[in-house]
Amino acid sequence: MNISKLPKLTFWRAVLVLILAAGFYSTALRFTRGLGAATNLSDQFPWGLWIGFDVLCGVGLAAGGFTLAAIVYVFHIERFRPVLRPSILTAFLGYALVAVALLYDLGKPYNIWHPLVMWNPHSVMFEVAWCVMLYLTVLALEFSPAVFERLHLHTPLRVIKAATIPLVITGVILSTLHQSSLGSLFLIVPEKLHPYWYSPMLPLFFFISAVGVGLAMVIFESNLSSRAVGREIEMHLLEVLGRAMAVVLAVYGLLRFEDLWSRGALVHLREPSRETVLFVLEITLGLLIPLPMLLFRRIRQNRESLFGVAVLVITGFLLNRLNVSITGLEASSGVHYFPRWTEVAVTLSIVGVGFLLFSLAVRYLNVMEPAQGSRAPGAIQIRAVA
Amino acid sequence: MSKAILVDTTRCIGCGACATACKVVNHLPLGDPGAAHDLPTRPLGDDDLVAFAQSHGEVGGHLSADMLNVVQAHGSVFVRRFCMHCQQPTCASVCPVGALKKTAAGPVEYDAGKCMGCRYCMMACPFSIPRYEWKALFPKVKKCTMCAPRQAKGLQPACTLVCPVQAGIFGERDDLLKEAEKRLADEPTKYFHRVYGKQEVGGTSVLYLSAVPFDQLGLPSNLPSEPMPLLTYRVLSEIPTLVPLGGLLLGGIWWITNRREKVAKTEKKME
Repeated sequence: MNISKLPKLTFWRAVLVLILAAGFYSTALRFTRGLGAATNLSDQFPWGLWIGFDVLCGVGLAAGGFTLAAIVYVFHIERFRPVLRPSILTAFLGYALVAVALLYDLGKPYNIWHPLVMWNPHSVMFEVAWCVMLYLTVLALEFSPAVFERLHLHTPLRVIKAATIPLVITGVILSTLHQSSLGSLFLIVPEKLHPYWYSPMLPLFFFISAVGVGLAMVIFESNLSSRAVGREIEMHLLEVLGRAMAVVLAVYGLLRFEDLWSRGALVHLREPSRETVLFVLEITLGLLIPLPMLLFRRIRQNRESLFGVAVLVITGFLLNRLNVSITGLEASSGVHYFPRWTEVAVTLSIVGVGFLLFSLAVRYLNVMEPAQGSRAPGAIQIRAVA
Repeated sequence: MSKAILVDTTRCIGCGACATACKVVNHLPLGDPGAAHDLPTRPLGDDDLVAFAQSHGEVGGHLSADMLNVVQAHGSVFVRRFCMHCQQPTCASVCPVGALKKTAAGPVEYDAGKCMGCRYCMMACPFSIPRYEWKALFPKVKKCTMCAPRQAKGLQPACTLVCPVQAGIFGERDDLLKEAEKRLADEPTKYFHRVYGKQEVGGTSVLYLSAVPFDQLGLPSNLPSEPMPLLTYRVLSEIPTLVPLGGLLLGGIWWITNRREKVAKTEKKME
C-alpha cells in the first residue's frame, strides 16, 4: 500500500475528525434518548441553537445563491458568472444542511413530510416548510448542470438549460418569501421579544439583511475557494459587490434606525443590560464599522480589507439572527438558555460536513468556472447553465 | 355555542382538588404515588372522582408535561393555571400542520398524530401554556384539553366537577361572562373591576375574576385585545398577490435585459 495516497493529516482535518466524532456521539444521544437528554431546551425555552443558528443563520448565509442568480440571469450582468456556481453550490449545501438540522430539532422528525398533505396556510411555519422544500429542489436543479457535465449527460443538460430562466425566477421568489418569512416567524411574539428586535418590519429586515449577507458570503467564499484551488481572485467583480453591499447596508441601516426611533426602542440604550451590549455589538460590527469602510475605494479594491469587511457583515448578521431567536427572548422566558455541548457538537458537525462537501464538489466537479475561452480539458463545450 | 370555564380566585380555598382530578382523568402520575392505591378499582364514576380529588388535593408546582392544571399561591391568593382555550388561538394559527384546532364546542384540541414537533405553538402561545415531553423519544405537546373527551360524553371537566366551593364553574361562555359581570356589579368593592379573558387576545374560553390586579397573579397583563394570529396573517395574506407580481416583475426585467443584449448582438453583426 502506498502511504502517499492517504490524505495528509493537517491541523484542520484533525479538528474536523474530532468535531465529527463529537457530533456522532451527540447524534446517537439525540436519537436514542430524545431532545431532553441531548439539549438544554425546556418548556420555557423551546427553541435553541439548532433553530437559531442552524436554520436561521444557515438559510441567511445561503442567500448568496439567489442574489447572484438574479444578477447574472435576470439582470444579465454576465461578468459575475465566474462566482455564480460556487454561490449556488453554497446555497444548495446550506439549505440541505438546514433540512438535516431540522431532522435533529423536530420532536418527531419522521413527520417532517406532513406539511405536504396537512395544510395550514395561516401558519408562517407552513410557508417556511414549503419554501425550504421547493427552493431546495430549485437549487438542486440549478446546480445539476455541474453534475451533468461531469457525467457527460448532454440531453438533461440541454433540458435544464432551456428551463433556466423560469427556474431562476422561481428561486428568487421562493428565497424572497423564505428569507422574509423567517422574520415573520417572530411577529407572533410581540410581548416576548425585546423591543430592540421586535418590529412589525421583521420580515423586511430579514430579507434586506439576507441580501446584504448574501453579497458578503460571495466575497467570503471567493476568497476561500480561490485560495483552495490556487486561482487568481476576481477582485474587479468583488469590488462591485462591495459597492452593492454598501447600498444594501445603508438602506437596512436607515430603515432599522427609523423603526427603532419611531417605536421608541432606543430609550433602552440607557439600561446597562445584556440586551443593550448585544444590540450595540450587533449594530457596530454589522453596520457602523463596515458601511463607512465600504465607502473607500481603496478598501473595496484591497483583497484583505474587503474580506475583513465581509467577515464583519457576516458576524453582525449572525448576531442579529441569534439575538432575535435566542438572546432577545431570554428575559421574558425567565430562564437562561445556553446550549449543551452536544447541541454545539451537532451544529459544528453540520458546518464541518458542509465544508467537506463543498471542497469535494470543487475538486470533482466544474464548480470554479474557468475564465471565458480557457475551458479545462475534459469539460464539454456546451455553455454551462449555472 | 361554546363552552368555557370561569375561575373566581376570590372563592378559591387552595385545596388543590382540581389539580388531582386533572391528573386522574389524564392518567398522569400523582404527586403522592401511594395515593393511587386509594383509587377504586371499578370504572371511575364522577362521585369516585370527587371523593378522591377532594381528599388528595395537590397545591403548587409548575405546568409540565405531567401537570396540565396547577394551583399556585400568589401571596394569600390562589390561582390555578391551565390552557386558556382562546377564541382565536395563537397555537392553532401557527401550527404548520393544523395539529391544534379550536372546536366549536370550546376546547382547543391537539392531534398528536399530525404533530411533527416543531414547538412553534410553545414559542407563540401568549400565555406560555403548552408543555413538551422532553424526556420522551417521540414527544407530544401536552396541555389541558378542557376535558374534551368528557364533554363529548356530556360530562363537565374534571376540575370544575370536583371544586368544593365552585371557584371554577363550567358553562356557556356567554352565560359565564354575564355571571362574571353580575358578580362585579353586585360586589364592586370585592373585585378588581375586570373580567380577565373577556378581551385578551380576542377573548379566551377561560375567564378569571380577582380581588387584585391580574399581573399579581402571574397572568400576562401586556396582551393586546386583538387576536394574535392577525399579526402574521396580515403578512401571509400578501403572498398570493406578491408572488405573481414578483414573477411578472422579474420576468419583465429579464425580457428587457435579454432583448437589449440581442439587439446589441445584431447591431454588432450589421456593422
